[in-house]
Amino acid sequence: MASSIPRSATSKPRPAARAGPRSLVWRSLRNPLTLAGVLIIGALVGIALVASLIAPADPTRTNLEIRFDPPTRAHPFGTDQLGRDILSRVIYGTRVSLRIAILTAVIATTIGAPLGIVSGYFRGRVDDLLMRLTDMFMAFPRLILAMAIAAALRPSLENVIIAISLAAWPAYARLARSVTLGLREETFVEAARALGAGSMRILSRHVLPGVLSPLVIQISLDMGGIILTAAGLGFIGIGAQPPTPEWGVMIADGRNYITQQWWVSTFPGIAIALVVFGFNLLGDGIRDLLDPRLRGRGR
Amino acid sequence: MWAYLLRRALLSAFAIFGVLVIVFFLSHIIPGDPIAAILGPQAPNDLIEDLRRRWGLDRPVHEQFVRFLGRLARGDFGQSIATRRAVVQDLREFFPATIELATVAIIFGVAAGLSVGIISAVAHGQWIDHVVRFLSLIGLSMPVFWLGLILLFIFYYRLGIFPGPGQLDIFLPRPPTVTGLITVDALLARDFVALRNALGHMLLPAVVLGSHALVGIARITRASMLEVLGQDYIRVARAKGLAERTVIVRHALKNALLPIITVIGIYYGGLLEGAVLTETVFAWPGLGRYATSAILSQDFAAIMGATILIALVFSLANLAVDLAYGVLNPKIRYE
Repeated sequence: MASSIPRSATSKPRPAARAGPRSLVWRSLRNPLTLAGVLIIGALVGIALVASLIAPADPTRTNLEIRFDPPTRAHPFGTDQLGRDILSRVIYGTRVSLRIAILTAVIATTIGAPLGIVSGYFRGRVDDLLMRLTDMFMAFPRLILAMAIAAALRPSLENVIIAISLAAWPAYARLARSVTLGLREETFVEAARALGAGSMRILSRHVLPGVLSPLVIQISLDMGGIILTAAGLGFIGIGAQPPTPEWGVMIADGRNYITQQWWVSTFPGIAIALVVFGFNLLGDGIRDLLDPRLRGRGR
Repeated sequence: MWAYLLRRALLSAFAIFGVLVIVFFLSHIIPGDPIAAILGPQAPNDLIEDLRRRWGLDRPVHEQFVRFLGRLARGDFGQSIATRRAVVQDLREFFPATIELATVAIIFGVAAGLSVGIISAVAHGQWIDHVVRFLSLIGLSMPVFWLGLILLFIFYYRLGIFPGPGQLDIFLPRPPTVTGLITVDALLARDFVALRNALGHMLLPAVVLGSHALVGIARITRASMLEVLGQDYIRVARAKGLAERTVIVRHALKNALLPIITVIGIYYGGLLEGAVLTETVFAWPGLGRYATSAILSQDFAAIMGATILIALVFSLANLAVDLAYGVLNPKIRYE
């Protein structure tokens, strides 16, 4: 006990996963499906970053003379009902979708992680209150809750992000709480306490780092779902508003023309499926690694 | 057991109340005027003021909320602005269509999901298992509303195999409403033409709506079956010389069923979520479409009514899962 105090108190707490994070990444990349997922997401992030350089046209410039042009050399994905180039809109749409996904993840964890850590560490009344609160939020399907909130806030891209974050944070709070419950019994936390560290210091220096990695993993599993929810809200008209090149909105644009101008809805849908597929492959690979029961079963 | 039920019911009631609070106050702190939205920009001011007073919108928010709760307690969900009818009446009309669609969807999802899951567990590691896994990941990645549109385009517009959106062909009269479930009503009226037609209309949306449940059920079935198939009693059953079919269905599946049933219940509740999108695509006159149009027209009473109903069904589905769990697994006791 005595000998473990200096080491534990000065060195960083070891992450929940026994293997270091680097070897985790390395092992997951050896699975070809996971690697494919990483490549897809990497490519999309790249496209989002250089959208203005590679998009052949301005995504919001209308030209009624070329409305509903079928896919051709000039417009590989065709044009929509306002003559906008669909390829350019799909390219710019990666920015919108990734922005929604990233901001939602950041906001939801910023709300959820501190609440979960505090309630798991101090237990008692705070903990009871938080658990009832999360029960309340989780009694709802996420899309319905996000719909109700988005409706109350009025439709816009920013409000979609807020709505999905508000619907998503309880899951992260619960995860952070359960990890904290385990960490607070660990020797290095006890040692820090024995050395006279205050609660704030223990929570931020010793508990938070241990909570982060399971949170990051959970977020990577949820990314696909967040993007689908956002696109769904866009599709029914309470998400991003036209002329924002958001994929769900674009599918809704083409909905009435699907009989003749199939390309208007088809390409943004493929884009959504591809991003979500990338995240699902990645999530699947991570889950395989973390759940030893499934390992080696080619799941 | 009864104490457990009561506690769960209280918890659900509490959760629904909480969501009421959230939605009510969010929609009241944000500027925006539902009355102006209904009457349009040219409405005279005194008309707006009059309606505002009549609906109590001129009172302070907390007072409105208390009055709102009082009306709810009496079963009065208010009047929909868009349909100009009592919300309760609207819900009664739209809800059966959703239940019907969701039920057909979950039957499809369970039947197909179980089969696919069992097949890939039995063939695990072989090419068929990999193909199924790959396809199911693709299935999970497609937005349901887009899948619906594409299937409509292919099977209705291009190939003409399936009927189009809606519950019935427009030239067919709707059978007299008894239960509100169109297939049951058609059966009661012995209108087999309508029954056939209604079933045809239901097929495509049910497949789309059930697709995510299918994938989820298939995956959990596979995982659960693999777990069970590695057990000693399976080896014993095989050693006894039982037919492989008997081993898989009678010995393995029966024991693998527990986690599968949990997932089925969760997906049934989750179908309400998919229903919002699927109903929009297929012009299905259900709760999801009602909620969506209510939100788009800021029809407050209708939004609240639909939200409460959806929350209620979702909670009931979750409760049913927990109860089924206890019945199926005697090891679990309710405290």
